Amino acid sequence: MTGTGEKIVLRGRCVVGGSAEGRAFVTREEISGWGGIDANTATVTEIGHEKRGESFACRVLVFPGAKGSSGWSHYFHITRRKNVAPAAMLFTVTTTKVALGAVVTRVPALTDFDRDPFEVIHDGDWVRVDADAGVVEITPAPPG
Amino acid sequence: MRLSDREKAMLDGAEGPARQRAMDLLVRYGRALGAERLIPVTNVAGVWSSTTPWVQADLDKPDDFDTIYSRFNLDADDVVETPQAAVSTCQLIHGIDTRNYRLQGFSDEQAALQRKSEKYFGQRGVQWCSTCTPYQVGNVPVKGEHLAWMESSAVVYANAVLGARTNVEGRESAGAASITGLIPEFGLHIDANRYATHRVRVEAVPESMMDWGLMGYSVGAMVMENIPVLSGALPQPRPMHLKHFGAAAASSGGVEMYHIPGQTAEADSEDEALGGRVPVEEHVYDAAARRAAFERLNANANNPDVDFVMLGCPHNSIEQMWEIARLLDGKRISPNVELWVHTPRQIRALCDESGFTEMIERSGAHVMSDSCPAINRATPDGTEVIVTDSCKQSHYLPAILGKQTWFGSLEHCIEAALTGRFKGSL
Repeated sequence: MTGTGEKIVLRGRCVVGGSAEGRAFVTREEISGWGGIDANTATVTEIGHEKRGESFACRVLVFPGAKGSSGWSHYFHITRRKNVAPAAMLFTVTTTKVALGAVVTRVPALTDFDRDPFEVIHDGDWVRVDADAGVVEITPAPPG
Repeated sequence: MRLSDREKAMLDGAEGPARQRAMDLLVRYGRALGAERLIPVTNVAGVWSSTTPWVQADLDKPDDFDTIYSRFNLDADDVVETPQAAVSTCQLIHGIDTRNYRLQGFSDEQAALQRKSEKYFGQRGVQWCSTCTPYQVGNVPVKGEHLAWMESSAVVYANAVLGARTNVEGRESAGAASITGLIPEFGLHIDANRYATHRVRVEAVPESMMDWGLMGYSVGAMVMENIPVLSGALPQPRPMHLKHFGAAAASSGGVEMYHIPGQTAEADSEDEALGGRVPVEEHVYDAAARRAAFERLNANANNPDVDFVMLGCPHNSIEQMWEIARLLDGKRISPNVELWVHTPRQIRALCDESGFTEMIERSGAHVMSDSCPAINRATPDGTEVIVTDSCKQSHYLPAILGKQTWFGSLEHCIEAALTGRFKGSL
């Protein structure tokens, strides 16, 4: 176990450059764009999704990747135009949907990590992303 | 990424500002994918529709099509003039049926704006196929052709059934591909990525349209985004069966390619489908899996009193339209129910000429084109309980509209339309 306040570092491949930080929004379930999120509020709407009803606006979105319709990029694009885009995206499975979505959302994004991000990033952790350097720095949230 | 001299020149603006923005996007996108280069595409299917509230937001005037295009088809920060398409380009399904828009709750002004946008982009080379199934209205690529298509149900049809090659593109990448004829080399454009990795042994052999849909819905959930090969003695499918199967598999999973040896384009045997390798996973589609798919599709509905019956997702073929015309001929649907039957506008024209539209609409139903309720969220006033013969529509509508949605066969749906009650079962 990592003690509170101790930083963990992940390294990955840059998908979209830039740096950002925020609280982690972690889901092991893929996210659907069209029919899966409300782009006005960046809230997950898919029935049965573990994060249904929660918004990833301004959070560091940690997820396996995209599923569903080809409207994925368009809906994430809209979150940028509505100022509710995630602060950064960290994903594990590269598809055209998630790659294009990250590009047009224009937030720092990384993939292909040296460790499983779901093992080391938990909901609410403070996450700093330097996508150009390929580095993610995680400060675990205090327990409870 | 390695760019050719022409691509570098385009990126430097030698072919005008729109193509410069398009190349900039394609390079950002290619890097994001880890692609090494761009490859030529000869056929693009995307979205240029300009009437949704999303794209109309923050416009000075609603017909500012260049601004919409620059923002949403090129991901550009400034406004560039829309150039002509460089390769064959079509518009997929969109929001407004330009014949039946009032039923969908749209105004004359919105329909006029839709028509104006069709002309604007049309005169720049965009063919308004206006359907999720361009392959049903003459846009049929040949085996080996590289495409940049959106619409998951069309992508899986193009890859598996036709043997053309496309990933699932988005509005922005399709926009850029249309005016450059280029897309990143990734995924299903590459030979090695087109083999099956998962094998599904089919024990519950499909007979009806509903069976093909249920099998697709089940297989999609088994393999998710991977490539399945179906094994077992499958009956000869019609195009509509594979349309239904692929759309369902792309909804429950993310299937963009599959093989049915001897029937789909790229494999005559299981071994060929698997590229000589052993499958990573083995699954069985049996009667229990078929039942589980039916139950999952009906899990969000409990009220059998229905008020809206939706047919035609993906858009109906002409033979499906004839089947519906035959089932409705001489009958009246329940006064408590609206029945909308969706088909491409080109097939609707054929239905008009052939008298099918009249047979269907005499029953009180409407023949709709260009859109569907999942895309434009338009349903008849007061809709609370929906019935559909589409796995895709029943997968998405509860989340998109927040309405109960039943799934059944075409016959279940027609019975619900005539009686106002859904009695579908296996």
